[in-house]
Amino acid sequence: MTLEPMRAAASAVLEGGPGEGEYNFAYLDEQTKRMIRRAILKAIAIPGYQVPFASRDMPMPYGWGTGGIQVTAAILGPDDRLKVIDQGADDTTNAVSIRAFFARTAGVETTTRTHEASVIQTRHRIPELALGADQVLVYQVPIPEPLRFLEPRETETRVMHALADYGLMHVKLYEDIATHGHIAKTYDYPVKVEGRYVMDPSPTPKFDNPKMDNCAGLQLFGAGREKRIYAIPPFTSVKSLDFEDYPFEPNKFDAPCALCGATDTYLDEVITDDRGGRMFVCSDTDHCEDRQASGHRGHLHVDGPAARGTVA
Amino acid sequence: MSDQPLLVAEDLAKYFGARVGCREVGFELYEGEVLAVVGESGSGKSTLLRLLSGQSEPTRGRVMYRMRDGVTRDIVSLSEAERRFLFRTDWGFVHQDAAAGLRMGVSAGGNVGERLMAVGWRHYGKIRSEAETWLERVEIDPARIDEAPKVFSGGMRQRLQIARNLVTSPRLMFMDEPTGGLDVSVQARLLDLLRRLVADMGLAVVVVTHDLAVARLLSHRIMVMKEGRVIETGLTDQVLDDPREPYTQLLVSSILQV
Repeated sequence: MTLEPMRAAASAVLEGGPGEGEYNFAYLDEQTKRMIRRAILKAIAIPGYQVPFASRDMPMPYGWGTGGIQVTAAILGPDDRLKVIDQGADDTTNAVSIRAFFARTAGVETTTRTHEASVIQTRHRIPELALGADQVLVYQVPIPEPLRFLEPRETETRVMHALADYGLMHVKLYEDIATHGHIAKTYDYPVKVEGRYVMDPSPTPKFDNPKMDNCAGLQLFGAGREKRIYAIPPFTSVKSLDFEDYPFEPNKFDAPCALCGATDTYLDEVITDDRGGRMFVCSDTDHCEDRQASGHRGHLHVDGPAARGTVA
Repeated sequence: MSDQPLLVAEDLAKYFGARVGCREVGFELYEGEVLAVVGESGSGKSTLLRLLSGQSEPTRGRVMYRMRDGVTRDIVSLSEAERRFLFRTDWGFVHQDAAAGLRMGVSAGGNVGERLMAVGWRHYGKIRSEAETWLERVEIDPARIDEAPKVFSGGMRQRLQIARNLVTSPRLMFMDEPTGGLDVSVQARLLDLLRRLVADMGLAVVVVTHDLAVARLLSHRIMVMKEGRVIETGLTDQVLDDPREPYTQLLVSSILQV
């Protein structure tokens, strides 16, 4: 992401341009990337504000991360190392395809290790390992407008954002408590950025909301179909909306991870047979593998006590 | 209370192209005073109400409002943010059609609490108990706090709309045919309730109606409009008992005597 290699790549393109049958660096043409970078700069300048941008058609369907992929394409440089996760995992279809896409069109190095990556594109999760100051997290966002299901008119939601007229957002939370006895929203949980804009954190579980607050890395959000880009600059305050007597609470899990024994991570439920057998494992596969490599064991780990018993 | 008027309309006019919405309307409204605007359909009543509440801009003239800080300001000169703030704190607007003034899919408690949350209330328990108090004051069973207005009767919806508006203790209420579409016995109860609340809270009210009975029961003063102009104005009982203008005489004599 340093400027020099980016310039070099750009001038290489200006001099020669992509040859017959080749892609321009990171697929998008240079003018498009400039347009997206401008939107990103504006988004960083106004934390949480949704900047409209001229979203392009990408070689994948809407809903598969067309917004995130455009943001990634605009910020990638030849020296970057890219990691892509889908629901925390590096080996799911979406993650594998997007990683292969950039390996082919940009020739950048890819990795599955969180700490090695300079750009991480994600759908649904924030890695368990805290982001460093030299890392950028790019979110794929399906619906960027937190007020969408409360107020269907786009003209009206824009005015509401402009005037910070957010009473309606709390009406939604009030209704949750009145019906369910607690705030029932478990993902897409609305946050207020730097005390000003109410923002949709994309469908990440609310477990990840606290990680957005005062984060050292840059967080960028791209919504391809809705043509919006927004951002949380490093060390920005991000507060989850709540009531004084019903404070925000991240999801909690009853059991530790079955593979690495972690108690402080977000867990996925994995069905293991057709007789109701299931296990809970870390959704962040890299984090889980790291922990196993350094000797942490959950009760279903192949070297773990329970698993050894069944194998024998 | 102050001896300065709360709301002043000066020579208001609204034209839609060559057509007249209303013209040459001027009056002063003091705190605790209820003004009824009567006239037949198309006489400019609703246009006037929209001008007074800042929802449309007058072609000529101005509307002055004395804010809570004592400064009198031109409604048109307010920014959108100030106008919205005024609308959810110091003003109320009761629509004829309750669906226009309520969120039909949100519970009664949420409807009443919305203004409180908009002005910064962040304690669920307090919002809820305030909503309960207000439901009781408008004679809705507090046990129905979690039901949405779509399951309420017309009269209940109208009362809920009133509660939703009054919860921030506004000083000025606009009402557009508040009893329209309700049957007579429900109308009577609603008027009774409104009269009590208005008196208790010292509200100033501009009520637009074509129903002279509503004007008689609710208002202190009355303005009769015809073809966009005010043709007669005065104390309610005086105008209704001794109308001078032929049109007002016609209006008064059109009431069915049972």
